[in-house]
Amino acid sequence: MSPRTDWVAHLVLCGGVALFLLPLWLLMVGATQDGSAIARGELSFLPDLRNLGIFWEVLTDKGPGGATIWHMLLVSGAMALAIAFGKIVISLLSAYAVTFFRFPLRMVCFWTIFITLMLPVEVRIVPTYAVMANFGLINSFTGLAVPLIASATATLLFRQVFLVVPDEMVEAARMDGAGPLRFLRDILIPLSAANMAALFVIVFVYGWNQYLWPLLVATDPKLDTIVIGIVKMIGGDTVTDWNRVMAAAVLALLPPVLVVLLMQRWFVKGLTEGDK
Amino acid sequence: MATLELHDLRKSFGATAVLHGVDLALNDGEMLVIVGASGCGKSTLLRLIAGLEIPTSGQIILDGRDVAQLDPAERDIAMVFQNYALYPHMSVFDNMAYALKIRGLSRDDIARRVRETADILGLGPLLDRKPRQLSGGQRQRVAMGRAIVREPKLFLFDEPLSNLDAKLRVSMRAEIKRLQRRMGVTSLYVTHDQVEAMTLGDRLLVMHQGVPVQLATPMEVFERPATTYVAGFIGAPAMNLLPAVLCQDGTAADLGRGLIIPFADGKRDGADGRKLTIGIRPEHIAPDPAGMAMQIDLVEPLGSETVLIGRLDDGELLSVKVPGRAPADALIHVSFPAAALHVFDAETGLRLG
Ligand SMILES: Nc1ncnc2c1ncn2[C@@H]1O[C@H](COP(=O)(O)OP(=O)(O)OP(=O)(O)O)[C@@H](O)[C@H]1O
Ligand SMILES: [Mg+2]
Repeated sequence: MSPRTDWVAHLVLCGGVALFLLPLWLLMVGATQDGSAIARGELSFLPDLRNLGIFWEVLTDKGPGGATIWHMLLVSGAMALAIAFGKIVISLLSAYAVTFFRFPLRMVCFWTIFITLMLPVEVRIVPTYAVMANFGLINSFTGLAVPLIASATATLLFRQVFLVVPDEMVEAARMDGAGPLRFLRDILIPLSAANMAALFVIVFVYGWNQYLWPLLVATDPKLDTIVIGIVKMIGGDTVTDWNRVMAAAVLALLPPVLVVLLMQRWFVKGLTEGDK
Repeated sequence: MATLELHDLRKSFGATAVLHGVDLALNDGEMLVIVGASGCGKSTLLRLIAGLEIPTSGQIILDGRDVAQLDPAERDIAMVFQNYALYPHMSVFDNMAYALKIRGLSRDDIARRVRETADILGLGPLLDRKPRQLSGGQRQRVAMGRAIVREPKLFLFDEPLSNLDAKLRVSMRAEIKRLQRRMGVTSLYVTHDQVEAMTLGDRLLVMHQGVPVQLATPMEVFERPATTYVAGFIGAPAMNLLPAVLCQDGTAADLGRGLIIPFADGKRDGADGRKLTIGIRPEHIAPDPAGMAMQIDLVEPLGSETVLIGRLDDGELLSVKVPGRAPADALIHVSFPAAALHVFDAETGLRLG
């Protein structure tokens, strides 16, 4: 490659980085400034370092619903973790079943799972709400997390991973005396660890960012997620403290970013030391 | 150590019958090699014995017990797969230890047995490596080690050397033979390779379309093939098979073109005019200035010998193996020594006498 095209590529990349970082920078800068100044549109590009305490203040402050941001972060985290773990466990098991076992209506099961790809939560939100209401799960943590767990994507992903496991290896394990559960635990799970890590990252972020479903199913402030909390802070009738909103948004960003950064190292490790 | 008996073992996949009744008895400590064309059911036979497939009918008796309906793990049989089938995420040690762990052996016992096996196979320094950090030959060794460490009643090998390069194959072949002798474990070994088939086994089983056609020592299979199929399958280049008829009261074969060869080993049954197939190995055809003329079409030098492929004057294809280099002339004269003839019935393909 000529040095010239290198230059161009770098320029484009730098442009992209700036494009992505600018809003984040403004968010962090805005958090440290005077709320009314932001409301007037006088947002400075430099942070006011004297106001860094705002983050701590927001974290422990009671929000408009009565729960602290701190509590909302916990709810969001618990929900995202429950969704991520639930999804991985259920998808792993269902993919295991449809890939390795012969049972009646196996392909019917597979296609039924497949079809749910066309029915994300947003599409089936009313019936899902009705089901949750019938179970008395409105305003409960279970009601918040469980409907978001079921999904076909992860099942398909695991199925794809399992399909390339050579038959001979399955047979070798059978001859070694490994039963189905042992095979899953000792062979399949270690083999798909990298995929699981990737899936965990994606699903955690997906769960963390949920808005519509939590809004609908949980009206109790104790179950407010951080996303809901931020929206509530942008009050209709009261004056919005934009600096506080921005500080809360920064705090809301941190956990998913942390998960991505931590798991990315693991994920890359899993890929480069790849066992496949 | 064990004996293995198969009684009328059959297997069909849906409507396709793959094995049409296999009877077989293996002695304790014997190594039996199975050969046959691709698709004749060799792997299927091995998988039935291993318990990876359930037979349609028939018995598999291992050490006096019918195991045909048992799970693979309950049969105490170890198998070495063509593609090794090592667990990629486990170290060599763990690969070998896995079966023992499942059986609930103590840590010390496992470590001792794995180490002993690793020493036998020269895997000692590699125990901490992952399979992907090993060469093909080393992986093959680990696959063997995984089978050996279990001290099974029976070893099954399904073309275990076919992924190795020619040189490694020769040394692994010798090693497998040495190990099998040393451990005295009854073994079944499937291969495509002529040389493996001849050198490795105590006995050789030739299969054809799901039926065993000959079971004998390798030399016997080579010297007295039971059918034209075996005759053509064992030996390289393949035996020449020529049409002929019985003549002179069953004491000679008439190969046409005025060539009548008396049998060196006595009279054959049947009336004169019975249709025969006469087999003669390329290496047994002798140059003879007074013999038939053969036009050479193709020369295949093998180093110490040369294979000449050509036609007799009536167009019959013939291959001849001569020591050393090819003759300078494209036309040679050959004759068939009477003692080297194999006589088969033309219709059934069965050996006569
Ligand atoms: N699971 C199966 N379902 C249907 N047919 C099968 C199955 N397994 C094997 N067969 C058929 O059975 C026949 C014998 O197969 P097998 O694998 O035993 O052959 P093989 O002698 O081992 O051949 P190769 O030397 O190529 O390995 C083949 O025609 C194959 O198509
Ligand atoms: Mg095979």
